[in-house]
Amino acid sequence: MSTAVKPAALELRGVFKSFGSVEALRGVDFEVRNGEVMALVGDNGAGKSTLIKCVAGIYSIDDGDVYYDGARVVIHGPKDAAKLGIEVVYQDLALCDNLDVVQNMFLGREDHDPLFRLREAPMEQRTAQTLASLSVTTIRSVRQPVASLSGGQRQSVAVARAVLWNNRVVFLDEPTAALGVAQTRQVLDLVKRLGEQGLAVVIVSHNLADVFEVANRITVLRLGRNVGVYEREKTTEQEIVQAITAGTATEPAAS
Amino acid sequence: MSTAAPAEVQAAAAGDSLGAVLRTRWEALKGGDVGSLPVIVGIIAITAYFTTKTPIFFTSVNFVNLIGQMAGVTVIAVGIVFVLLIGEIDLSVGYVSGLASVTVAEFQLAGSSHNYPGLVAIALAILLGAGIGAVQGSIIAFLGVPSFVVTLAGLLICQGMIIEVLGTTGVIGITDTQVNDVSNYILSKNTGWIVAIVFTALLAFASLGAYVSRRRAGLPTGNLIITVARVVFYGGLAFAVVAVCNHTRGVPLVGLVVLFVVVLFSYLAGRTTFGRHVYAVGGNAEAARRAGINVKLIRILCFVISGSMAGLGGIIFASRINGVDLTVGGGTILLDSISAAVIGGVSLFGGRGRVSGALFGGLIIGMISNGTDLVGSADWVKYITTGLILLAAVTLDTVARRRQAAAGR
Ligand SMILES: Nc1ncnc2c1ncn2[C@@H]1O[C@H](COP(=O)(O)OP(=O)(O)OP(=O)(O)O)[C@@H](O)[C@H]1O
Ligand SMILES: [Mg+2]
Repeated sequence: MSTAVKPAALELRGVFKSFGSVEALRGVDFEVRNGEVMALVGDNGAGKSTLIKCVAGIYSIDDGDVYYDGARVVIHGPKDAAKLGIEVVYQDLALCDNLDVVQNMFLGREDHDPLFRLREAPMEQRTAQTLASLSVTTIRSVRQPVASLSGGQRQSVAVARAVLWNNRVVFLDEPTAALGVAQTRQVLDLVKRLGEQGLAVVIVSHNLADVFEVANRITVLRLGRNVGVYEREKTTEQEIVQAITAGTATEPAAS
Repeated sequence: MSTAAPAEVQAAAAGDSLGAVLRTRWEALKGGDVGSLPVIVGIIAITAYFTTKTPIFFTSVNFVNLIGQMAGVTVIAVGIVFVLLIGEIDLSVGYVSGLASVTVAEFQLAGSSHNYPGLVAIALAILLGAGIGAVQGSIIAFLGVPSFVVTLAGLLICQGMIIEVLGTTGVIGITDTQVNDVSNYILSKNTGWIVAIVFTALLAFASLGAYVSRRRAGLPTGNLIITVARVVFYGGLAFAVVAVCNHTRGVPLVGLVVLFVVVLFSYLAGRTTFGRHVYAVGGNAEAARRAGINVKLIRILCFVISGSMAGLGGIIFASRINGVDLTVGGGTILLDSISAAVIGGVSLFGGRGRVSGALFGGLIIGMISNGTDLVGSADWVKYITTGLILLAAVTLDTVARRRQAAAGR
């Protein structure tokens, strides 16, 4: 692994996670620094989504350590992750179809007064502002139920939710998988902008062209293990494909 | 009625002119969001039918009667709404209400060792309902046992307890005036008017307050005329109800209880974080969990609400007949309560519907029951009519859902 110049915003060391007899993660090491876009790639079932859910507090890890800004942390649930400033945009978007855009953006973190009465106006304002700042212009009304949005619009809402909260670490699990050309473009631009703003961004994608466009570094997972970390500048698509399929970490550029 | 957000707020973005608002509403209607239209049509049709059948139906005396007849079921249906909103069911409410009836009767029993004041007996009965709800909700939330089975077991256990308690005597009379007043006290005519004034003022305050705060925040406000028209309509309705009641004896206290319960829980569901989380759990429990919402706690609290409202319903039933007998909690109470919520537009699939639906559904069920009794139809007419209306409501819900799914994505 790299001898980090900048400290890692988030680091995993030797993380294990099994589902019954299925070992999804077998001692994974992983890190992402502030201001970089780290791509996380690997074949289907390599454990990418599982890794993300462990960090997000959806699953508890069986073994291993998580460090945040160099300090060891234990993440017990989504609330802990949110408190640390870790936000996840899931592959299966995790939006409530029956709620509108504003309600989804603020889900679980609603703006309320001491009597738990909702403050709708500021929530609606901030939703509109956030969507505008991300140049999401296709959503007609923020009071539309999410069920009536297109796949790309739903993805935009999910990404916007991640940036609404001034998070430090943002995970995006296949954010462009279901999108058309124009909307993929928008989401990739958005990902780059997040990195430029100093956030630590982790993007999972099967599309290597996308990965090479936005990522600074690339981590390859195979069968629940980290088989190499590559710098985008010093690697090729072939090398990554080989690492994904055969797991031969020929010459990890960062080591 | 099929989304959590009020229609007028959604309409706002499309433009504030009256025409634009109506057009948006029409589009929503075509998209499967029928709102409260079927309920309103139903109420008008039922009223028209029975009015032509018997001269007694459309009288102020019968209206006051109707309020007393529908009160218990409506209050229980309010609790059912919360359980349906999270995509669960509570089959125990009938006999939980029965157990609450027995409890309130038992704790006011003159000459016994537990002869408490009426209000204490009432509080104990509601607490008992809440406790049963908490136990059932915990089993459902923590162990993941389907609510259908847990509450079915609860139904049987409560029924057994009722038989055990009433076993020797079979009946308990209620002599306590506070308990008997719940269903039988009539407000003075002036108090009735004050209730209508307070209700209208609160409604105006809430509606216009929302309008002003949105306007100040520079957000689309919707059409002011429609906002005002809504206040005028519902305020007018309140005054009309009081006027009709005052034409005879006056507004029954139990009507005020129902109004209070419906307004309180509408507020809880629509304007608080708790309500928002209830809708979220019903819409996508996994998304709610990932957003950090305590899904188990929300589930338990919804069953606590349905249990306590069943308790209150039981008190209303017992008070109405000044006592309890072995039929308590049985009959059509359970099915009427669930039907009321569903007819009121609350989806059985979770996440969609409003608390006020319980009031409208309760009204429809109450009117059918009251009307068929007046006309002197046999019981089978009542059952079949209610059954058909329930079937229509569920079909409408299912079709509306499918159309909405097709309209989105
Ligand atoms: N909740 C679960 N229960 C049981 N097994 C699971 C669960 N979640 C994941 N797995 C298993 O863990 C392994 C890793 O799955 P994961 O979803 O992390 O893969 P992935 O890298 O995200 O794949 P993809 O590219 O297809 O999204 C797989 O073998 C999967 O079947
Ligand atoms: Mg995955």
